[in-house]
Amino acid sequence: MAQSIFGSVAQPVSIPVIPVREILPYAVFGGLLLLLAIYFVGAEQGATSMFRGTMVHEFLHDGRHLLGFPCH
Amino acid sequence: MKGNQNILMTRTLLLRGMLVGVVAGLLVFAFARWIGEPQVERSIAFETAGDQARGEAPEPEMVSRRVQKSLGLLTGAVVYGAAVGGLFGLVFAFAYGRIGELGPRALAAVLAGLGFVAIVLVPNLKYPANPPAVGSAETIGVRTGAYFLLIAVSIVTMVFSLQMRRRFSKRFGEWNGSLLAAGLFVVIVSVVAHFLPEVDEVPAGFPVTLMWKFRVAAVEIQAVLWGTLGLGFGWWVESSSR
Repeated sequence: MAQSIFGSVAQPVSIPVIPVREILPYAVFGGLLLLLAIYFVGAEQGATSMFRGTMVHEFLHDGRHLLGFPCH
Repeated sequence: MKGNQNILMTRTLLLRGMLVGVVAGLLVFAFARWIGEPQVERSIAFETAGDQARGEAPEPEMVSRRVQKSLGLLTGAVVYGAAVGGLFGLVFAFAYGRIGELGPRALAAVLAGLGFVAIVLVPNLKYPANPPAVGSAETIGVRTGAYFLLIAVSIVTMVFSLQMRRRFSKRFGEWNGSLLAAGLFVVIVSVVAHFLPEVDEVPAGFPVTLMWKFRVAAVEIQAVLWGTLGLGFGWWVESSSR
């Protein structure tokens, strides 16, 4: 039903799913690293700091404002 | 089907998400530079004029404006794009075959649309992006906490509403079930947003049109990111799974 609405290629009756146990290790390790990256772009040296000073904050200043993160 | 097995592995989807995210980040940089930077510059000019009028020394420039708006913005955009793209790939890996019978291209577009609503639109309606010169340093803790809390609530509510959609659809049909689930999402996030702290720190005399342009630019930048992710990732996975 939804398939015809979104105009995708016709699929066989059921789509094979990726088992959760296969996704989990990537989700845990990859996901954590990616969230850490977002933290550094969006919030480091704002409300909380892992490194002292304001250089990270100042360097990423414009991106932080334009990507919508709360900034100073 | 054999091609499908090869392509649809978590590792591949994660990597492709990150790569499409890097491309999206580059587009975000170009777009932000073009549509966003003029607003940032004008806001900084407003801030500097205010400091001078009050006889205060201007804020020391630790990183030059030239670096902030070129290398700094580029780094922020690409790292952010790669990270959001990678997470998008992981969510896709889980959602494929679990949300209706959507093919890769359609699923990626739907996920990007839902992600944009949950992660960009909802938080922005309560806590819109602020240009430099707006926001006091004392409240950064509360603002950051409330902002990320609203994003978290919005994502959880989106997942919950998608699960409810399946239940509603069985009972009331696909269309009405989807409408009910969408309504449920709107009601929950509206109530939560209502009880989160109000932030109103726009300095007197800050140009209204400048504020509007900045905030529209911020949403447009996110639309570029999520649009590129949804369409680019979907195209890539679809074309290689045939």
